[in-house]
Amino acid sequence: MAAADARPPVEDWATDYDIFDPSYCSDPGPIWADLRDRCPIAHSERWGGSWLPTRYDDVAEMARLVPALSSVEFIVVPPVPLRDPETGEVLRARPYAPPISSDPPFHGVARRLILPAFSPQAVAAHEPYTRELAHRLIDGFVGEGGCDGAVDFAQQIPPRVIAHLMGLDENRGDDFIQWVRGILELGATDPELRVATGLKMFAFWAEEIAKRRAQPGDARGSGGVPHGDFISWLLAGDLDGQPVDDNHAMSVCNLLLIAGIDTTWSSIGSALWHLATHPDDRQRLVDEPELLPTAVEEFLRVYSPVTMGRLATEDVTVDGVTIPAGSRVLMNFPAANRDPGQFPDPDTVVIDRAHNRHVAFGIGIHRCAGSNLARMEMQVALSVFLERIPEFHLADTRGPHLPPGTPDPTVIWAGGQVRGPRTLPLTFSTAH
Amino acid sequence: MKVRVDPDKCQGHNRCYSLAPELFDVDDYGYATAAGDGTVPAELVGKAKLAAANCPEFAVIIDDEG
Repeated sequence: MAAADARPPVEDWATDYDIFDPSYCSDPGPIWADLRDRCPIAHSERWGGSWLPTRYDDVAEMARLVPALSSVEFIVVPPVPLRDPETGEVLRARPYAPPISSDPPFHGVARRLILPAFSPQAVAAHEPYTRELAHRLIDGFVGEGGCDGAVDFAQQIPPRVIAHLMGLDENRGDDFIQWVRGILELGATDPELRVATGLKMFAFWAEEIAKRRAQPGDARGSGGVPHGDFISWLLAGDLDGQPVDDNHAMSVCNLLLIAGIDTTWSSIGSALWHLATHPDDRQRLVDEPELLPTAVEEFLRVYSPVTMGRLATEDVTVDGVTIPAGSRVLMNFPAANRDPGQFPDPDTVVIDRAHNRHVAFGIGIHRCAGSNLARMEMQVALSVFLERIPEFHLADTRGPHLPPGTPDPTVIWAGGQVRGPRTLPLTFSTAH
Repeated sequence: MKVRVDPDKCQGHNRCYSLAPELFDVDDYGYATAAGDGTVPAELVGKAKLAAANCPEFAVIIDDEG
């Protein structure tokens, strides 16, 4: 990231943190530990200015300060208006993605519209497809003796599962990957790319929605549980008795695609990174696959991908720190999940950790609506990978034990809003 | 032992349901309730405690402990 390299180095993380600094992206744990002890809520003027809590209790308290900490601005950098390229008309002053961008009371209305598509029962309907997809991806590289665990596997699953869920063409998966990176990852530090990508997505949804208005797809399901054409199901829904208009439908579709893709691929990638660098944990999951559900929660805790934004609508005091009205707050769920006050030995992955109130999916009214889908994708992806390729390692011959602060040159981590490996070279025997 | 779910606290994480599907039901929106009258059979006491210890909202409550 050339722009990131050009910035002055951080001297004091408590007053000048940089969430896109490569060292923060690759290994934020030591930074959070330092801030948690001496700060505990950091402030920085970088990237438009923001506040960064690091303690579990502070994050939990802040998640419940609704709407004093409003979700109208939920990304971690200042929003850029989306304009019609020809007329210059402002299409969106800031991202609008209900319910993630909503405060009560509309939040609850917008959330009820989509929740049935993500209940455990509804998600289970997508498991066979996810399993078949994971096998198909592994078929593509299992004979090669190596793969990029992020690019060839983790990254490929969520876009296709979400396409399957939404009734979209799976073959558009590569476009979806580019779009999501253009919005959340590369676009986070490149506003022009973010706007250009947003316009492409708008055009895509307008077409998909118009098609289904003209001829609704099969949104069949039992007991109101959709597992066919999500977009048609969405269009047939209601918002507290009001019909779902194109603007709302488009915003929800945008949200699903963006929130459902690089979050989950980051989680799958981080888990593969962990297993590639911790042979004992990998072997234990091969020997005791029944531990996988607990292990998935533990991977979610230690490698929580998502940090969400909030906007203070009034002065807010938490843990002795007053955050002025108008400030951006970063809901640091990943740091909360490493708080030793809540989790003994917090930086260690304990495959069978019994007490684990992790907040990787957030906490309070904005709990990730897709958490059951993400959990299913992680469990299926990891179980199929371990079944097909029970022994694998990082291709970097120096192994995982690099000096603290040294980024592993073979594994590139993205961070900011969503943290996870973007390259993950793995080697394995071709005997599988 | 009995389990119950505080409906004012439950946010539909489904951690309880995924750890102890025998003890919890979830509705179409993903919100959890105790299955049946919440009575925990002796062999599921461990799972009930696990569910309570994994709820990020502290919504799973164990009554009549002991």
